[in-house]
Amino acid sequence: MGLRDVMEAKLAAAFSPEALAVLDESHHHAGHRPNGPGHAPVTGDGETHFRVRIVAPAFSGMSRLERHRAINAALKEELAGGVHALAIEASAPGEAATR
Amino acid sequence: MSEISNWIDSEVKGNDVVLFMKGTPDFPQCGFSGQVVQILDYLGVPYKGINILTSDDLRQGVKEYSQWPTLPQLFVKGEFVGGCDIVKEMFQAGELKSLFADKGVATQTDAPAAE
Repeated sequence: MGLRDVMEAKLAAAFSPEALAVLDESHHHAGHRPNGPGHAPVTGDGETHFRVRIVAPAFSGMSRLERHRAINAALKEELAGGVHALAIEASAPGEAATR
Repeated sequence: MSEISNWIDSEVKGNDVVLFMKGTPDFPQCGFSGQVVQILDYLGVPYKGINILTSDDLRQGVKEYSQWPTLPQLFVKGEFVGGCDIVKEMFQAGELKSLFADKGVATQTDAPAAE
């Protein structure tokens, strides 16, 4: 199971989302400071830059910061490991899409 | 607190607006840091950019200080605001400008027009 699938499974288990997508956007970042300080090796081959789109009732009543913190906590191991960037679009059902 | 977290704490509390970022405001070395720089520049907010690529201790220290795993990180008046996504969403919703106003941080758009 790839990192993307692992992250999707963890988010699904943590938030019972109505909608969930984990996108691997690593190819957009090929050659982005490869192996520089503060970076996992970035080859553009995948598994470094991700975007999470998630709609879950659990987020209603939570601030943006709280939503991101909850998602970061669910993916703690991945963020400590090879995941270099995680863009998050989190909303509760019925909220207007943020973009 | 460790030496580095003391230093981070004094920077965050001693400056109205602090951006921990990869690279410098003039030369961001990460697209996400660059986006936050653009937003702050657009609003005309004076801020202190701190390049975390200069030190591994600093990079880890910032993450521990805010309990937030990614960079960039924006602080206003000592308070953690968020990373790139949150700053962008707040900017698009007009909330970032209100935050600066509420915290008493002048933005250029509030200032009288230049002569």
